[in-house]
Formats: sequence, C-alpha cells, structure tokens
Amino acid sequence: MTGQPRFVLGLAGVGAADAARAGGKAAALGELARAGISVPRGYVITVAAFDLVMAALDPSGAIRGALGDVPADDLAAIARAAADLRARITAAPLPPEVGAEITSAYQQLGVTAVAVRSSATMEDSPEASFAGLQDSYLAVRGADAVLDRVRSCWASLYNDESVSYRRRRGTGEGGLAMGVVVQRMVSPRAAGVMFTRSPVTGDRSVVAIEGTWGLGSALVAGEVTPDSFTVSKVTGEITGRRVSAKLRAHSFAPNGQGISAQPMPTALRRSPCLTDDEARALALVGRQVEEHYGVPQDIEWALLGDSPGCPALRGDPADRIVLLQSRSETVWAARERPPVATPKPRASDHVLAWLEKAL
Amino acid sequence: MDGNGSAGHGGAARFPLPSEIADAAGAEGWRSMYPYFTRFQPEDDKRFWFYNSMHFPEPMPAFDTITAEIPYSAIGANTARVFVFPTTLGMEHRIVNGRVYITANPVTDPGEIGRRAAIFGERAGYYYENWDTLYQGWKTRIKGLIDEIASVSVPELPEFDDAAVVTGSTGVAQNHYVRENFHRCLDLFSMMWHHHTEFLMLGYGAYVVFFQFCKQAFPEISDQAVARMVAGIDVIMYRPDDELRNLARVAVEAGVDDLFTEGCSPSQVMAALADRGPGGKTWLAAFEQAREPWFNVSTGDGFYHHHRSWSDDLTVPFAALPRYVVQVRDGLLADRPTEALRVERERIAAEYRDLLGSEEERAAFDQMLGLCRVVFPYVEDHKFYCEHWFTTLFFGKIRKFGALLARFGVLAEAEDVFQLHHTEVDQALSDVMLAWAAGGTPLGAAHFQPIVAERKRMLEALRAWSPPPALGPVPEALNDPAVHMLWGVTQQTIEAWLRPDEGEIRGCGASSGIVEGPARVLTDVNQIGEIRDGEILVCPVTAPSWAPVFGKIKAAVSDIGGSMSHAAIVAREYGMPAVVGTGDATKRISTGQRVRVDGDRGIVQVLG
Repeated sequence: MTGQPRFVLGLAGVGAADAARAGGKAAALGELARAGISVPRGYVITVAAFDLVMAALDPSGAIRGALGDVPADDLAAIARAAADLRARITAAPLPPEVGAEITSAYQQLGVTAVAVRSSATMEDSPEASFAGLQDSYLAVRGADAVLDRVRSCWASLYNDESVSYRRRRGTGEGGLAMGVVVQRMVSPRAAGVMFTRSPVTGDRSVVAIEGTWGLGSALVAGEVTPDSFTVSKVTGEITGRRVSAKLRAHSFAPNGQGISAQPMPTALRRSPCLTDDEARALALVGRQVEEHYGVPQDIEWALLGDSPGCPALRGDPADRIVLLQSRSETVWAARERPPVATPKPRASDHVLAWLEKAL
Repeated sequence: MDGNGSAGHGGAARFPLPSEIADAAGAEGWRSMYPYFTRFQPEDDKRFWFYNSMHFPEPMPAFDTITAEIPYSAIGANTARVFVFPTTLGMEHRIVNGRVYITANPVTDPGEIGRRAAIFGERAGYYYENWDTLYQGWKTRIKGLIDEIASVSVPELPEFDDAAVVTGSTGVAQNHYVRENFHRCLDLFSMMWHHHTEFLMLGYGAYVVFFQFCKQAFPEISDQAVARMVAGIDVIMYRPDDELRNLARVAVEAGVDDLFTEGCSPSQVMAALADRGPGGKTWLAAFEQAREPWFNVSTGDGFYHHHRSWSDDLTVPFAALPRYVVQVRDGLLADRPTEALRVERERIAAEYRDLLGSEEERAAFDQMLGLCRVVFPYVEDHKFYCEHWFTTLFFGKIRKFGALLARFGVLAEAEDVFQLHHTEVDQALSDVMLAWAAGGTPLGAAHFQPIVAERKRMLEALRAWSPPPALGPVPEALNDPAVHMLWGVTQQTIEAWLRPDEGEIRGCGASSGIVEGPARVLTDVNQIGEIRDGEILVCPVTAPSWAPVFGKIKAAVSDIGGSMSHAAIVAREYGMPAVVGTGDATKRISTGQRVRVDGDRGIVQVLG
C-alpha cells in the first residue's frame, strides 16, 4: 500500500470534533485517549468508506429516501424495507482500496482478536439515546472476518429497531453514515457500565456502577443481573451495593470466532465482581471523564485480568481500567429541576418554611 | 420483626392496639411500678404510638421513669409554650410492659398554625440570631446547675444533730433537709432538662432543614456525608478519650506505665500507684484532674441509673489505658488531626456546593449550612453537660439517698432505691425522717422490701417481651416535625415496620414513579402483539427489540436487569416507572392481575 490511507485513521488521531467523519463512538474513544484515559488500541474505518459503498449501491439516495417515508407504526413495512437495504449492503462488493486499507491496519494492530464496533454519525449525540441499536462484534479474528463484520456494522444502521426508532422520533434518513471502530479485544476480569450521576434519581454526587464477571456484553444483552455499586464522588463512600447471582459470563476462546457464554462457578456467582477499591478507582476515572466533558457521562468500562472472575490482580486497580465507550448522559440532562431552595431574608427563615411545609 | 402489622377494620393496615397488648408473662403486676398517668387509656387506641427504643431500650425501673416524665415535661413546654413551634405541640408518653411509647401532638388547623408561626418566627428568630451569646450564657447556667447538684448534701441523720444548728441558731434539724434536698435533686433534674430542651428543637431544626435540602439536592447522599459537612472539630464528646490518651502519656513520662497491662484491675493499679513515689503521685494528680469532669461520661445515654459513668466504674477507662500506653511507648499515639479534619470538612462542603444546580441553590445552601454550624456546638456538646455530667451526679445523689434508706433498714441495699418511683422514695424518706425524730423504727422494710424484690423479678420477666415498634392505626400522614427530627420516624419507617405482605416483589428501582395497572406477562418478544395500551409489562428481560412496546405500556417489570439494563434505560427515556432484577416476577404475577409498580423503592405489589 502506498500513500496516506484515505479510509482508516488511528483512534489516537481522532477527537470529539471528528464525529462527522469517524462516527460518534470513534470520536468519543479518541477523545478519551486524548484526555489521558486508557482505551484499547485501535483504528476507525471512516465514514468515507461507508459513503463510497452507499454511493455505489444507492447513487440517488432514493432507496434510503423511501425508507424515510414508511409510517412509524407500520412495523411490517419497516422490517421489509430495512431487510432489503441490509441485504444490499452486505452483498455489495467492497472497493479494493477500502479492503486493502482495512486489512493493512488490522495487520499493523498486531493482535488476532479484535472488536468491530459500529460508530454511527448520529449515535451518542446528546439529543438521542441510541443505545444498542447498531451492532458490534466481539473477538473477530482474521482479515476476512474483519471485512465481513465491517459490512455487517454498516448494514446495522438499517436494523429494524434503528429504523423504527428514527421513524418514531421523526429523524430523516438523509445524512446518516457509519464509521466502524476496530480495537484490540480485551479480556476482562469484570466489565460493565457506569453513570457519573444516578440514573435513578439524577443525583450528580454519585457514580453508579454496574458490572458482571467477564465481558460487559453479558450485561448489555440482559443475560445477567449485574452487581451494582453506588460510589460518592465527594467522599468515596460506597453508599449502595447489590450483589446479584451472576450465573454466567461472556468470554472469548483463544481460537475461533466470537464470544461464548459459560456458567460461572457456583462460588463466584454471588461474589461481588468488584472490590471496594476497584469500585472507587472506577468512580475516579468516571469523574475524570465527566470533568473532561463538563457534563455527566454514560461509560462502558472493563477491568483487565486473566479471565472472568479471576482473583483481583495486585497493585493499583486504576492501572487495569480501560474504557470502551463514553457519551453524555441524556435522560436527566433533558430534565429541568426547580431549585430545591432559594435564599431567604434570614437563614433561620428556612426552618420556619420547613416546619410549615412539613404538613 | 415479622407480623408487626395486621389487617384491621376495613382492611387498613395497622399495628396492634394498645388495648390488645397482653401483660408479659410473669410480669402481670407491671402497672404497680408506674404512675397512673403513664397508662394507656381506651381512647389511646385511636392514636399512633411508637416505641421510643432510642432513649429507652430496656424495661424501665420505677425510679428511672423520671427520665421520661421530666424530659417530656420540659421538651413539650419549650416546643409548645415557649418557642411556639407552629406545627407541633409536645410528646405524650405511655408505659406498657415496662416500655415507653410516645406520640406527638401535631397542630393541623391552618389558622392555628399561622397564629403560632408568627410568634415562632419572632422567638426562634431571636435565638437563632443571638445563638452564640445565648449559648455562652447557657453554658454558664448549666454549669451552675451542675455545681448545685454536686453540692446537694444528703443528711446522715447521726444520733445527735450538729452543734452548729444550735450555735448558729438555724432552727431547723437535719431530718427536714432529707426531703428538701431530695426534692432539690428532682427540681435540679427538671431544671437541667428545661435547659436541655431550650435549644434542642431549634438546634435539630436547623440541622434537619439542611439535611432535607441535601437529600433533595443529592437523593443518594449518605447521612454520614451530610453530617461531615456540619460536624464540629473541637467537640466536647471527644474530650474524655483525649484525656485518657493524655493519662497514658503521663504514665509513660512518670515511669509508671508498667502498671497498665491488659486486664489490670483499677483498684489494684490505684493502690500500686499510691506506693510508687513521685511518679505515682504525678499520675494520680493528673488522673484526679481529668476525672472531674471528663470521667462523668455515662456508659449509656443517661436514661438509666445502671448505666454507670467512668467515674463510678473505672473498668471502662482502665480497659482502654493499656492499649494507649503501648501506643505511647511505640510512638504511635497521635492526637486527632484537627487541622486535617477541618480541611476535609471544607473540601466536602465545597464539592457538594459545586455540584448544585444554580447560584440560587448555592446561596440557600450557604445559609442553611451556616446556620447549622452556628447551632452545632450546642447540638454536639449539650449531651455531655446534660445526659452525662449532670445526670451522673444526679443518679449519684439518689444513690446516696438510697444508702440512707438502706442504713435505716427500709431498703436492703442502696441500689434498691431505683426500684421505687420518686413519689415512693418520698414516702420512704418521710418514714425515715419520722423514725429518726421519734426514736422509733421505720416501717418501710416490711412495706418496701417485698415490693422491690417483686419489681426486680418483674423487670427480668419484662426483658423477655419484645415490644412492637408501634401501636395503633397507621397515620395517614406523619406530619410532626419533632418525630421526624428527633427520632427519624418517617412514613417510610412506618411502612418498614409494617413489613411487606406476601404480594410484594422486590427488585431494583430503575426508573422512578408509581403506577397501578393490569399486568401483561410476556415470556417471549414474539408475544408483544398481545400487549394492550395501559398495561404493565412483566417480562424476563428486555433487549432493544422490545423497544416498540414501551410506547404502549405504563410501567416495566423484569426478572433480570439492573438500573442500566435496557428496560431501565428505555423506561427512563419514556419517563415510566420500572422495577428490574426482581428475580421471579414473571412467575409470581399472572396476566390480568392488578399490580402497583413503585420505581422509587423497587417494589411491585400484587393488588389482586
């Protein structure tokens, strides 16, 4: 391969401003790396590659435009039209220069197992919570498999749920595009999600962490009830803790494609997947990301180790935390909260006001 | 704690009624220990009462009921009559099977509240505005009461009265002072409690207001974190322990530290110190200095005569000393890092302040926190002066009157005085006063000693009774701030006391709100066509493919999931309640059953 790649960028080379050309997820990961947060090494296949493919199979944009005209409540029609478009994308020949760049970047990464993750241009925007609507593939091995999965990610922009979601929200089909992130696959001891405010009460003084043994996909897929921890940002206290029976864990085999679910040994099922120190270290990272962005974050994290549920490694847990995603929290950010109290002429007037209100 | 509540008339949940409480086995005569005004009356069945386990965790010896009678007399007076709190009068108390139950008398009439609020605003405002000066005055007054109780003499009634009665022509023989001085002790105890409650409600009021503010602004803040923003640094209650540490240092410096070993007996150590020359003398002098007043710290909370102070019983401080001595020797005994604590307190307050939503809120926060810090020295320190220092001296004096009664044979031993109500002690003392004057024998032995023996036996039997946390109907609204402020009893507490019934399923409250509706139990996403508008979805787990149903349902319940699971995220986006991770909701709920989903507390109730 010669010259500068046109369709591939190192993750370290993108930042928050690059969502339009790299997609939201890639931009967020690059931005995290710039902020000094540890993320798995990787690269992004830019929107230019997607656009090139789509320009070939839908040059006038008529197919996509038609999809935008399907009524939101006609789920059957949405399913038909979306399936048709997905089939076209996965069947479309890959332009040779795109394939060559992806393959070369994969080889330069120097690992066999990678995660191939959708990075839509509208995904993770503060206005919309597109959680889980586009596909990602874990433990993909070999250049051919990566190329296949990249096309699957592109196609997933037209998943039934994604299209249905856009119809319900009245979002048009024009201007949509998809980048794809390819990252070194990590093998975590435990993984999960965290919000840098309480998802339940909106409390900004806590970090709410949920986690399970092994890969976080078990949690995201709803296959396990995760452990949950609430950590005070201010005092570091763990103010909430719920340990669940984590019956199985996702992990990936040293050989072979994809991940599999294994039952957890009985002794580990009801053991918390994080030590208090690990929970506090995660909360600290969460806080660092929140400070970087200036608004509460919704984060996917992993705690590196040997295998799901392996004993906690020695040393500073902060050194073993990697983040897989961070985006601005959307639900509470959209809510207006009247002030809990406003100043009064005398401080003691608050007491009188409370006594009168208590009834 | 099971089965505290029961279904009463009309199916409304309630606690056992006072009239339904059976006498504890073996203590059927418990009423004889307590005055008539502590008995439940038939009309008390209509009111909500709760067991004051905070102050009275044990059955009450007859004398110790004074620690309910007098405090409630004082706190009600200050709340209802002196400061005129707008929404609350005082507390009433009753005793059943030896346990103290209380209820608050709220003011509910809006006109009455308004009239009281105007007076309260002026009176409470005056105290808040002048708090520091008034509190300094309070300390002087309370120390005056402490000096006074310390100086009350218990007449010894020797064969012949003191010659000074004649040479000073006082005209009053010392048997008169038996009653006068006993009454003086009760009067001083009452005055102490009036002082105690003078600032109490105002102090806690300021704290609760700040506490409530923090809980609303930061719903998941720990009580501990709120307290840390307010807590004083130089708090008097640390002082006894500081004194012990200092005594450990003195022991090492004076070269007598070898005497303080694990399991050492206080009396043997004291005796040995007396024989250790200047080193021993130095330590004993330091000890006497620390002891008054700092060892007047009760091992309880000052509500029972048998919760002795360090000064009464040196076992507790002497159990701590050997450890401190070792730390001094090893150079490990550090003082409380007051400066670091101060810095940490300011950091915590500043960080919470920064997390508030607006400058307006920050200004209100500053006012409330500022007021708290003004009142907090009283809130933190009054207990030492009142419940510990004064009360230790008070029970000590009563014990001396007990010794007098024992010496005259009315009681078998001094400690038995606490088995008599103070009005009965009054009678026993009259008996002694008369006998001393007449040269006769008091008649109390035959009267009181069987009573004392029976009461001791009954108290033991009463220990076996487990008091319900509350009695009577569940109040529609718990609207008394005093109950909330001093006992932390809220509507939630009451519900917890009632315990969940069988129809309750618990999980993780993932999206807030409470709704009721018919359940639709779906085990497979392919069944989503069955869902009707307004139903409550009950499912094993949801994934993005379930998203379309959320436009139809009122709430979501899942077997599996946490607060960030798909069902939770989507439910929050739609602003509907969700309880996830229930474990087995799909098995316990059937389609068509009416359920109530409480997304705040993570509870699903099957209504039928």
